[in-house]
Amino acid sequence: MHSIIELKNLTKIYREDGNEVIAVDRVNLQIQQGEFTAIVGPSGSGKTTLLNLLGGIDKPTQGQIIVDGVDITQLSFSQLVDFRLHNIGFVFQSYNLIPVLTAKENVEFVMFLQNRPRPERESRSRELLTAIGLADRMNSRPSKLSGGQQQRVAVARALAPRPKFVLADEPTANLDSRSAENLLEMMEMLNRTENITFIFSTHDPRVMRKARRIITLLDGRIDSDTIAG
Amino acid sequence: MIILAWKNIWRNPTRSLIMLTAIVIGVISGSLFTAFYNGMIYQRINDAISNETSNIQIHTPQYLENKEITDTIPHISQIIQHLDTLKNLKAYSLRFKTMAMISSANNNTGVVFIGVDPEKERATTNIWKHIVQGEYFPPDRKNGMLIGEKLAEKLKNKIRSKVVVTLQDTRGNVVSAAFRIVGIFNTGNTGFDERVVYTTQSDVLKLFPDTMPLIHEIAIALYDDQYTTTYVSQLQKVLPFVDIKSWKELYPEVGLMADYTQYLQLIFMTIIFLALSFGIINTMLMAVMERTRELGMLMAIGMKRSKIFLMITYETVLLMGCGTIVGLGFSYLLVELLSISGINLASFARGLNQMGFSAIVYPVLTLREYMQTVELVIIAGIISSLIPARRALKLMPSEALRKQ
Repeated sequence: MHSIIELKNLTKIYREDGNEVIAVDRVNLQIQQGEFTAIVGPSGSGKTTLLNLLGGIDKPTQGQIIVDGVDITQLSFSQLVDFRLHNIGFVFQSYNLIPVLTAKENVEFVMFLQNRPRPERESRSRELLTAIGLADRMNSRPSKLSGGQQQRVAVARALAPRPKFVLADEPTANLDSRSAENLLEMMEMLNRTENITFIFSTHDPRVMRKARRIITLLDGRIDSDTIAG
Repeated sequence: MIILAWKNIWRNPTRSLIMLTAIVIGVISGSLFTAFYNGMIYQRINDAISNETSNIQIHTPQYLENKEITDTIPHISQIIQHLDTLKNLKAYSLRFKTMAMISSANNNTGVVFIGVDPEKERATTNIWKHIVQGEYFPPDRKNGMLIGEKLAEKLKNKIRSKVVVTLQDTRGNVVSAAFRIVGIFNTGNTGFDERVVYTTQSDVLKLFPDTMPLIHEIAIALYDDQYTTTYVSQLQKVLPFVDIKSWKELYPEVGLMADYTQYLQLIFMTIIFLALSFGIINTMLMAVMERTRELGMLMAIGMKRSKIFLMITYETVLLMGCGTIVGLGFSYLLVELLSISGINLASFARGLNQMGFSAIVYPVLTLREYMQTVELVIIAGIISSLIPARRALKLMPSEALRKQ
């Protein structure tokens, strides 16, 4: 296994109304290919900020984020957009599917942005939706799907372009127990079978139980970093 | 991307339908106004060409300024020989034309006294079609005269009434002759009907027995007005000794109206689309603000700003485009229906006729004007999308994703 992500002295400071808030404080971290990692901690500990920095949708105040040998903090806005498109999958707490597109079209969308040919897009989205048990809901719009189903579509969308890793911000926060359990099992299965790296931010003990590495943040710093038995 | 933009428009159907309705109404109003104005102007131009001037006229260089009876066109046979070679020439009429005084038992007034060959005039102008009483130069009547309805009213004359025409001959002597009214015409242009009278060349010749036929004007009718300018310049080169003018030069005010119609629709539609653009900007800004989190997600997953810009632009142009297509569809139907029945402005007939316009207007909308509307929509759509698209582009993905 090799380090897919390396954080060096990563700091993020927000300045609001003359006050400085240190959201992430000198974090050093390495994530290996194929990890199933949970970033945990109380509200305001910097989980979402760290995830946003990892995903290149926020710029750090200082430090480096090296993804597969590329320091993404040195990339311009448009280079970062392109980097995210080809390397990172995102799963958001509130699903964030495009409401006017069907499940299949949502999954295809990132591949469309990558200018992949239509047959490839169609077969990949079909394959993923079948794998997550939504083969019969391919043509349903998000409003016709349950929360759990929408989040599964969001996972399929994140995986569709075969990213280097998937960032999931509190993916089970809006799900009932059963849906959360199903989603976690599905992601764990994809992690084991396809060696996809998953990094979650979560409060959810169910996610923590499944995670094989738990990084605990406190006031923007790593408080503990444990590998599950 | 276009499909996504189309689907995005229908996220809030009520809002989009209200905007579409506003665009449809705007397009219909603009198109009908333009079609109505075109109808009036084209009719005036057609009337001017077919009843009054024809497409081209030939005079001596001094005639139009002095209108002297002695300003007769020289080398008539050479001119005719050349006219006979023109391909798109429909007909021409050689006219005796001078100012005269016409008197009845009740009244007298100044008129333009025109002597024509009835058959050639019939082939050149439509005066014969506008005879409302009597006949167009019946063959068995000597000294027949056609006068306008308005003039007949003024002179209190009827068909078969006698009138006396007084004019100067080529030596400056006053000559008079009696004519009998054989036909009364109504062209719809009271000014023309009040000041022009027609008789035959043969009856004119009787007034000037010692001279050759006096020709002051050659009116030339073409099959298509598009050849007028070409023929004018061509004739000017071949016949440099005469003055050759198009109807636009003879009736500059009508020519100006014709040129003005080209810009009127552009000006009117620009004003309508400018007003509609504010509505569109508001609608699209609302749509962008409602989708802040989604736009943040799109940027996060790798959608470039240029594509977001394009998506918002497509949405705006599609919304305006749909309204315009529906609006133009309705406009086409209305214009086609009204062009059959006409719009009757009988209550304004008197005023309109005095200005040379007909009281029944047949609206006209050309393909160029339909296309101009479509071009304006594309431009207005792109301009209207700039503010909402700029708002979308200013979003930072991490901040947009936090928006509730």
